[in-house]
Amino acid sequence: MPDVQSMVLEFVNKLRKRKIEGSQATARCTVELLRSVISHHRVPHANQASALIDAVKAVGAQLVAANPVELAVGNVVRRVLHIIREEDLSLATAAVAGFDLLDASDDDEDVNGKGIGYPGMSAAVVAAAARSTLRPPSLQTLLEGTPESATVPYTSSSGADSESKTADKSSVTRKLKHDVIEGVNQLIHEIAGCHEQIAEQAIEHIHQNEVILTLGSSRTVLEFLCAAKEKKRSFRVFVAEGAPRYQGHLLAKELVARGLQTTVITDSAVFAMISRVNMVIIGAHAVMANGGVIGPVGVNMAALAAKKHAVPFVVLAGSHKLCPLYPHNPEVLLNELRSPSELLDFGEFSDCLDFGSGSGSPLVQVVNPTFDYVPPSLVSLFITDTGGHNPSYMYRLIADYYSADDLVM
Amino acid sequence: MGAQKKGGARVSDDSEEQSRQRLQAILLADSFTTKFRPVTLERPKVLLPLVNVPMIDYTLAWLESAGIEEVFVFCCAHSTQIIDYLETSEWRTHPNLVVRTIESHKSISAGDALRYIYEQQTETSQIQGDFVLVSGDTVSNMPLADLIQEHRERKKRDEKAIMTMVIKKSKPSLITHQSRLGTDQLFIAVDPLTKQLLHYEEDKVDHARGSVCLDKSLMESNPSVLLYNDMQDCYIDICSPEVLSLFEDNFDYQHLRRHFVKGVLVDDIMGYKIFTHEIGSSYAARVDNFRSYDTVSKDIIQRWTYPYVPDINFGGNRPVKLGRQGIYRACDVVQSRSADVGASTVVGYGTKIGNGDRILNSVIGNGCSIGSNVVIEGSYIWNNVTIEDGCEIRNAIVCDGVRIRAGAVLEPGVVLSFKVVVGRDFVVPAYSKVSLLQQPMKEDSDEELEYADSGSGTADRLSGLSLEMESKGSELGPDGAGYIWEVCEGAHDEEWKHSVAPIPEDKLAEITQAMDDYDDMEDESVVPTSGELKSDADSINTDVNDPGDDYGYFEKEVEGTFLRAVEEGIKVELGVLEINSLRLSYNMESADCAGAIFYSMMKLAVDTPHSSASELYKTASSIIAKWKGLLGFYVKQTDEQIEVMMKFEEMCQETAKELGPLFAQILHVLYEKDVVQEDAIMRWAEEKAGADEADKVYLQQCETFIQWLKEASEEEDEDDDEEED
Repeated sequence: MPDVQSMVLEFVNKLRKRKIEGSQATARCTVELLRSVISHHRVPHANQASALIDAVKAVGAQLVAANPVELAVGNVVRRVLHIIREEDLSLATAAVAGFDLLDASDDDEDVNGKGIGYPGMSAAVVAAAARSTLRPPSLQTLLEGTPESATVPYTSSSGADSESKTADKSSVTRKLKHDVIEGVNQLIHEIAGCHEQIAEQAIEHIHQNEVILTLGSSRTVLEFLCAAKEKKRSFRVFVAEGAPRYQGHLLAKELVARGLQTTVITDSAVFAMISRVNMVIIGAHAVMANGGVIGPVGVNMAALAAKKHAVPFVVLAGSHKLCPLYPHNPEVLLNELRSPSELLDFGEFSDCLDFGSGSGSPLVQVVNPTFDYVPPSLVSLFITDTGGHNPSYMYRLIADYYSADDLVM
Repeated sequence: MGAQKKGGARVSDDSEEQSRQRLQAILLADSFTTKFRPVTLERPKVLLPLVNVPMIDYTLAWLESAGIEEVFVFCCAHSTQIIDYLETSEWRTHPNLVVRTIESHKSISAGDALRYIYEQQTETSQIQGDFVLVSGDTVSNMPLADLIQEHRERKKRDEKAIMTMVIKKSKPSLITHQSRLGTDQLFIAVDPLTKQLLHYEEDKVDHARGSVCLDKSLMESNPSVLLYNDMQDCYIDICSPEVLSLFEDNFDYQHLRRHFVKGVLVDDIMGYKIFTHEIGSSYAARVDNFRSYDTVSKDIIQRWTYPYVPDINFGGNRPVKLGRQGIYRACDVVQSRSADVGASTVVGYGTKIGNGDRILNSVIGNGCSIGSNVVIEGSYIWNNVTIEDGCEIRNAIVCDGVRIRAGAVLEPGVVLSFKVVVGRDFVVPAYSKVSLLQQPMKEDSDEELEYADSGSGTADRLSGLSLEMESKGSELGPDGAGYIWEVCEGAHDEEWKHSVAPIPEDKLAEITQAMDDYDDMEDESVVPTSGELKSDADSINTDVNDPGDDYGYFEKEVEGTFLRAVEEGIKVELGVLEINSLRLSYNMESADCAGAIFYSMMKLAVDTPHSSASELYKTASSIIAKWKGLLGFYVKQTDEQIEVMMKFEEMCQETAKELGPLFAQILHVLYEKDVVQEDAIMRWAEEKAGADEADKVYLQQCETFIQWLKEASEEEDEDDDEEED
């Protein structure tokens, strides 16, 4: 059995040293780590949900502190907390509601083939019940149409559930953890599959003979473009190189390897080229609750250019990139300044950095930010794994994924 | 690094063994210099805060992230402090990095340290293969894994490639010929194809002429040689185990560069080779003196060392938040609205900044309290410092627990050691170093060992002295506490070179002027920095060691030996033996010995209490009579005898003026005792005949004596002639 604490330490260490890059990789590592934290956590008999929440929160706080600029870590931690809350609620409701359905349960179990060993209803019903109790009514939940059994009000069951609790205590103990892990596995699956989910929608957005502009390098964008290519759409891609890290060069290489017509341009040529472009597609680093986007440096400029020429500005973001915080929150660190060596050659500039002469204060300052912020007004469309959304709808979408209790960790 | 592919030239299990090797590093947690005194008397250099984080944390964090798995921290001075720190730090329980400490108090140089490790090594064999050798004050973010791999592969091809040295491009200042880090300009010659190091010249390069001497054979054996003067030595070495045994074999290797690298380059019997590796975008520098402390701090603030920057928690430090204009501020700083905190500033946790303060380009530690209307520019304020109202601090280093009372001013280049109190309205003069400990006396501080660091013993001894201070008035104003250290003789002019303060305008102008003058007068050897260097200007091209300094040390040693011999009544033969060993260790000529011994004898005569010149003459002649055997051993040649006379003359002119009038008499004694022969005196007289009037004083004094000698010799000749007839 691997020592969880040392795993946490190692991951914290990697985050601190900025050794993991890319929000998807980070999100995956985080959620896998949290899964092992949960599975190795000994839950007490009483109040197990809150014990689990505390454990996850404690680890989560360490992870967030290790690299506050990587918002995906915080997002995933909150998602996991949300799953725990959800499962806890659904168990409680199921315990009440399941009593009535006990007779039918045996058949259900066989049909589902889940072998969980707990009676009740189908997983879908439980989930829906949980969602309906946890969430405030939303458009989506209204449309889904909740089944009868799940509408049993949770509050009214307080008197009746004493009996069931005593009966199922031991099984409930095991069940919660099991369900949570099941939910976390689903989350892992979701994060792993977010590229495909987004790429599936490509065909609806990219049309024949269009010119697409992108900036920097993003796996999501790559998959998205390639998916359209596979569907025999023929189009051209302009890649802005994304100085100073020039990740655009890597993207261009990949695109060419997949047989796409690619043109590499400098970042400063974006405005000149934008009039020939039909759509700008970029991958986000994070999407804030107000619909603002944090992306690679230079993105704001591209967004302004697109606005000026009325070119749609489309942002691709997996659900793990949706952040429940607003960019004006003081605890949100929006940017990171990297080493000036990416811009300048130290050897060439070393005489400008000689503090031995002159006033002793550095006259040359180098600022090398990693990210840019694009306000929601410049974004035309978000494409997430659940479909396309308007920037003004993002807060609503985000509310589906997180519990309000977890926003401040 | 387990899965790296090896070119299978060697036996397969050997390469497997190598690939399984842990990556190890030796970290010298002692710089074996005194450049950070007086601060290092109380705390080891590696624990001094660099932008509020102990230096060793930068080194360890870098080694850890570069994939090093095991670090041996060699502690010497203040070893308990270092070990205690490592015990409580997060390095103790680090999952990827094992930190072990090696403790030795006897080591006074890097060479000793490595010899000690080698000895330990034979018992425990902890170091299994190639290792990284760094000092605990290195700040870097360079990747090491590839470099180690490169080194190993080269080693496999060529058994003799024992070391890879890391260098980085960094232009030296055109005016001062100093690197950014305050070290001397470095000249290295490298084979452009193989990157083999061919020549290494760190100090004593003739700056004015900008010339460097290369061995002719270098050009013969290599088709092309690249000579750099814009490289900075990062003091990061990848070493093979042979390096340790080389140190063991050559017990006189002390300094890693001055002795070891030069020794390897010169020695062609063993044929060991050193290679260089130039790093491009990564950062690497060593905090060697106060100037580099300033430079590296600013590089960190400017984020060249990313990710080892103050807003990232890289090694147990509390990250501070980065705002606009490169201002790093801890979240709980209490700052008055009227305070002006300017660009490139770091303010630590729990610090209070009062009304109307102006802070620029500075680093302020944790828990400091700064009164109102204080000006702090380009300074490094460590932890828990109290600065009262109206102080002015420019380009200074202020250590933990210092209290600066209202209205005090620190001029540029000041270093205040721990817990010093600066009195009200007191102005601490520029470049002064202030400590609660008294400056160690020159005699006891083992001056001949320039590597001798503050052994913990020294500190203990000194702490006793600090008690005395209570009774007497402080040198820092009536309500202050602390001693202002005197600047060492000779180093006075150099002080501004290594200080935290930028080099003052007038100094720069002076040097530029000197350089222009030099261009005008090619024939005159102008040494731009100071006149003190003149002694070695003549020999600059012949001897790489600093002969002037070495001779000074040698002379002192000889004097000590001689005095002991006089006191303890040691026999002449034994004295000769001792002085001979000194001569060998300092690589001196016997003429130098003769000069030094004679100097000691005369000094003894002068130092012996006497009331009149005649009494002095008597003592001197009795000393000469008694010790002529010792002196005689070294004055067998005429040249050596002349050297003695020159020395005597020099003494009469400079140190012991009382001897001046007795010159002729004592010379006579020397002649009578057969120390100096007639030929030598004649030749000396001839040489001097052409000198300036001022130099002729003693020649004139001896004129009668010389005349007499001449006549005597003529007579003798005549006698001879007569006899022949």
